[in-house]
Amino acid sequence: MAIFGLFGGKAVTQDAAIEAAALRSDRFRQERERDWQRLEAIVAKMERGRYRKLSDDDVLALPVLYRTVASSLSVARETSLDAATLAYLEGLVQRAWFQVYGPRTTLWAWLRRFFGGGWSAAVRAIAPELLAALALMVIGTVVGWLLCAQDPDWYYSLVPGGFQDTRVPGASREVLSATLFGNAGQDGLSVFAASLFSHNAGIAILCFALGFAFGVPPLLLLVQNTATLGAMLWLFHGQGLIVDFAAWLSIHGTTELLAILLAGGAGLHVGRSMAFPGERAIMQAAAEAGQRAAVVMAGVVLMLVIAGMLEGLGRQLIDHTPGRFMVGGSMLALWLVYFFAFRRVPQGSEAQ
Amino acid sequence: MKRALPRTADDRRRVMITPEGIALPVTLASRGTRFGALALDLGIIVLAMVLTTLVLGISASQIADLAGDKLGKDLPGAQHAVEFLVIVWIAVIFLFRHGYFLLFELGPRGATPGKRITGIRIAARDGGRLSPEMVLARNLLRDIELFLPVMLLVAARSGDDLGAAGWAATGWFLCFALFPCFNRDRLRAGDLIAGTWVVEAPRRKLEAALSTGQVAAGGRSQATGAEYRFGEAELAVYGEYELQTLERVLRENRPEALAKVHEAICRKIGWQPGAGDERAFLEAYYTQLRARLESGMRMGRRKADKFG
Repeated sequence: MAIFGLFGGKAVTQDAAIEAAALRSDRFRQERERDWQRLEAIVAKMERGRYRKLSDDDVLALPVLYRTVASSLSVARETSLDAATLAYLEGLVQRAWFQVYGPRTTLWAWLRRFFGGGWSAAVRAIAPELLAALALMVIGTVVGWLLCAQDPDWYYSLVPGGFQDTRVPGASREVLSATLFGNAGQDGLSVFAASLFSHNAGIAILCFALGFAFGVPPLLLLVQNTATLGAMLWLFHGQGLIVDFAAWLSIHGTTELLAILLAGGAGLHVGRSMAFPGERAIMQAAAEAGQRAAVVMAGVVLMLVIAGMLEGLGRQLIDHTPGRFMVGGSMLALWLVYFFAFRRVPQGSEAQ
Repeated sequence: MKRALPRTADDRRRVMITPEGIALPVTLASRGTRFGALALDLGIIVLAMVLTTLVLGISASQIADLAGDKLGKDLPGAQHAVEFLVIVWIAVIFLFRHGYFLLFELGPRGATPGKRITGIRIAARDGGRLSPEMVLARNLLRDIELFLPVMLLVAARSGDDLGAAGWAATGWFLCFALFPCFNRDRLRAGDLIAGTWVVEAPRRKLEAALSTGQVAAGGRSQATGAEYRFGEAELAVYGEYELQTLERVLRENRPEALAKVHEAICRKIGWQPGAGDERAFLEAYYTQLRARLESGMRMGRRKADKFG
């Protein structure tokens, strides 16, 4: 047992004895430990979302403490070999950094910035892609029409079956007209509108999300969906109902088609930025375009909600063509004014 | 901004530079952890959806029963109420699907409950602020990465004809699902678009200092009264790597490991290994080795390991 004192026997240098009495790095740690622990307590409260428990002193102290601890870390890296303390400091600085440089806006402030110009600015920023998407939608409609005009069988492959059975080639004018007017008392339609909203929101999000693949899938989706529109236009044109059909569609369609246009444009924007990043690194270009497109998309989902409501309520309440055109047209004018004439730069927004 | 740390073989380590110019090491979350977090989140979402459906479904049938029993015929009012419940249901399902991730990742922890449990969070890739736009972008893409392949698989299982196009689509979506396996930073498509990545959220306690105890500081063992003093030559054999290994062994404090390390050190410095007082010996050696290496550091001399 007690043989420890016997071994060794080498000359003991005085230096080591003095150093061993108290390491400088430990004195450094002991002097600052309280600051570290205070910062940890503040950060822990913030992480739990308990902002009310923070005193004014704590809030004021946070940035100061963060810098103190960050500089402690720098010093410790150069002077201390205590791995546990270093790891603790790295973790603490990282946690504090997430709080100090975390998302500063509340949801409310973000929404205010979003409606107060952020959304329309993002829409204007993707204007070239919007033009391309618009061209594609027109082409899709024309193609749908022409295909059906050539061979009515195309109608069945372009318009999803079971959508509403009476609207098929060869249906009489009365049958088709009945689908447009006189549904004021129909209750099931509100449910139909809500489910359609969910379906269209899905398509719009898909349009955006697939832009990731260099923009090709949104092109196809845009063309495919507007080809359906073209086919239906052809059907109603055949019975001389095209104006009534356009009115029936426009009451919510101006909002909805515009939303799909925006979604397709956003998808194209992401795809284009990745295919042609320009001077930037491709990852950076993708991130910038993605964030801009995401703002547009948040608006698109909102527009689809509005379109769903217009479809479920407006179309049933307004049962004549001029009124429907008026609602649809004013919605379109409203959107266009907001997107392209409303050029206020929101306060506190980061430069885009 | 990011480069591999020089001395770590671990390829999940990255360095972020804070605006103060301090290099902060971050560890990317492993794919397994992220999958676990996702599974937890989906479990929570499905549970919430099922509960909502149950509550709304029961209310709807109650309303229908009430209308049928009391009045003996269908009332438009009751029908409207049921329809209203269906609309509420659709909206709630939509919110669960799209709002859940958004709401939680915008919070102060940057993590959904699943991520919180598995100890990870999202962060901006460039070391800047995590903005709402980023969170929005990365979650919009979740739709095609996650929900669409699932829907495709369900369609395939239900016996519908999954032709060549169906298989192509499935393969296409698998590309998205497996995207994190094909890049160094383990980004999924949404992370790429949003400029984010998923990192481990460290939570370490401040450990007690090993070198400030009476034994360590004085070099004197309480058990035997022996005083350990090591000479320059005896301390010069080891470097920082060995010091950190020794620190780990001391913190873990397993007797057999202590004995082994004690024996190895004694052999290395030419002492006769004894038994029974290993911890005091190792603490003293740790403190004096650290003192020596740290004073070297102040002079600008660093010794990485015993070969250095």
